[in-house]
Amino acid sequence: MSAADNLLASRSREPARHSMTTRVVIYGLLVFFAFVYLIPMVVMVMTSLKPLDEVTGGNMFALPQHLTFQPWIQAWGEARIGISDTTGIYGYFLNSIKMVVPAVLISSVLGALNGYVLTKWRFPGDKLVFGMMLFACFIPFQSVIIPMAVILGMLGHFGNQLHDLTGFSFGLGNSTVNLVIVHVVYGLGFTTLFFRNYYEAFPTELVKAAMMDGASFFQIFRRVLLPNSTPIIIVTVIYQFTNIWNDFLFGSTFAAGDASPMTVALNNLVNTSTGIVEYNVNMAAAIIAAGPTLFVYIVGGRYFVRGLMAGAVKG
Amino acid sequence: MATLEIKALRKRFGPVEILKGIDISLDKGGFLVLVGPSGCGKSTLLNTIAGLESITSGEIRIGGRVVNDLHPSKRDIAMVFQSYALYPNMSVGENIAFGMEMRGVPKPARDKAVATVARTLQIEHLLDRRPGQLSGGQRQRVAMGRALVRQPSVFLFDEPLSNLDAKLRVDMRIEIKRLHQTTGTTIVYVTHDQIEAMTLATKIAVLKDGEVQQVGTPSEIYNTPNNLFVADFMGSPAMNLLEGKVARIDGAIAIVIERKDHPSIVAPAPVSADPNQIKEGAKVIFGIRPEAINDLQSIDRNARSVVQFDAPVEIVEPAGADTFVVTRAAGKEMTARMRADADVKVGQNYTFAFNLDKAVLFDPATTRRI
Repeated sequence: MSAADNLLASRSREPARHSMTTRVVIYGLLVFFAFVYLIPMVVMVMTSLKPLDEVTGGNMFALPQHLTFQPWIQAWGEARIGISDTTGIYGYFLNSIKMVVPAVLISSVLGALNGYVLTKWRFPGDKLVFGMMLFACFIPFQSVIIPMAVILGMLGHFGNQLHDLTGFSFGLGNSTVNLVIVHVVYGLGFTTLFFRNYYEAFPTELVKAAMMDGASFFQIFRRVLLPNSTPIIIVTVIYQFTNIWNDFLFGSTFAAGDASPMTVALNNLVNTSTGIVEYNVNMAAAIIAAGPTLFVYIVGGRYFVRGLMAGAVKG
Repeated sequence: MATLEIKALRKRFGPVEILKGIDISLDKGGFLVLVGPSGCGKSTLLNTIAGLESITSGEIRIGGRVVNDLHPSKRDIAMVFQSYALYPNMSVGENIAFGMEMRGVPKPARDKAVATVARTLQIEHLLDRRPGQLSGGQRQRVAMGRALVRQPSVFLFDEPLSNLDAKLRVDMRIEIKRLHQTTGTTIVYVTHDQIEAMTLATKIAVLKDGEVQQVGTPSEIYNTPNNLFVADFMGSPAMNLLEGKVARIDGAIAIVIERKDHPSIVAPAPVSADPNQIKEGAKVIFGIRPEAINDLQSIDRNARSVVQFDAPVEIVEPAGADTFVVTRAAGKEMTARMRADADVKVGQNYTFAFNLDKAVLFDPATTRRI
């Protein structure tokens, strides 16, 4: 065997060995990080299934000796939230749902419409309008609280006047409605960005073809663009849902007492300064609070990455 | 009355004038091909006819009606796009029926129209499929079906074959021609491919920099191009353009093409040239198509005027049906299209002949044909 053959043979063996070590390292790291991320979750679940004496007296990592669902039942319907009655987080969970669903739907639809207009019905200054809308993504939440409070106050006042005139306030002044308005306004920058980038790569010829077929502005939007927007719709919904559901600042500022969303209620439950701290109940409540976003991710996660890429490549 | 009439059409994007006064008319049943290099404004012109672009000034009439400010869907036109633009979320049948659905045609009537068109285009078996499941040629048919079903007075095609591979392109070209012949529709067709233009058109408009260079039948455009641009653009291989001089030899006007190492080629003035415009001593450009250069045996026997000369053979390109022979005259390459079995060898001095019936003269200063 010549030297050249030897060289070739060793070369051809090398990639296999190389890829083996690489694999071990990659999988090792992945397993390690998965472990790091999963440990708190495991502790939470286990703690929430233990009676209180087992939590306070035992090891955090020990499996439950007496499995109980009492903390979950308590968290859901009986726990004391802040200084109010022993209502559990059930009512606040519903508050959050009532806020999140309309806020996500409205901001996504408006974002899609904005993206459609900014890419397919261009007008002089469209870039400037888009640039200004992008500012919504960069403004810190804290800085808009006071102006927002003023505007919501004015809306509430207007709602009262409407109520006096028509006997119906159209929800203006209601805490949940206020939160929906705040989240729609704040989310619009993001949803517009998502849809604009997606529609930028959407073939304009399709819109032209639909125009020639006699479809109107909204018909083109509903029949041609929306049915082909599934990935970006899912991205937007997940993003908005997570953000709005997890929001604490707006929730604690613009809603009070029984109207508070889930996050605020969870804080009031956990940060209580009276009595003993019921860690198992707190853990159960925290898992319930995280449930909906987890659910959305598991259902739509596959599309999430794909949609983010679709929007990211061209734009 | 013409089905499509375009008068003094101008289109301006900011300071840039894309279309600089276009005048074209097309009779019912005609096939107008807009051809030109990229950026010449042919697609913009089509889009203004379609109503997808507004016009700056001028007039567009379709079926006698001014459509300048009409919405695309109200202009009685249908368009086939370069990318086909089929709605990916709808089946083939729904794609074809979409326009009728938008106009509120009831479902039974829609289904009937779709079935008729599908039969014409032989896509009946595809009606339930999605565009994503179709091949390029099938998508092309569906796109034509969507246009056909509207029975418009003018069809617009925007480079419809440019996304297909070479063989399919030839098939679809024939398909479009057959469609035109059987249905007698009026078509405006944009392409940058001059073979498509020649084979399909009843009328060709050659555009350059937003101006019409020449409008005419394919044979007019090919045989008597108005100017050097049209002569050079249409035809493949391109027309040979040789520099020459007008001289009086033995009392008759002749074109002299000087060569360095060989005797000059002296040809009588081509019959296509206007004798009043040929000035003695003037420089001219002598244009001759490759197929009008051949050897003595194969030159057209009916040619009224032939001139022969010797030239060195530089390159021989057998193309199957023909052999292209590249030689040199007046410092420029000159291509002759000869029969496949022509006995031509590289390096040899070969006797060629010009068929002067097919030759044209241009004024180098104005680039116009004499």
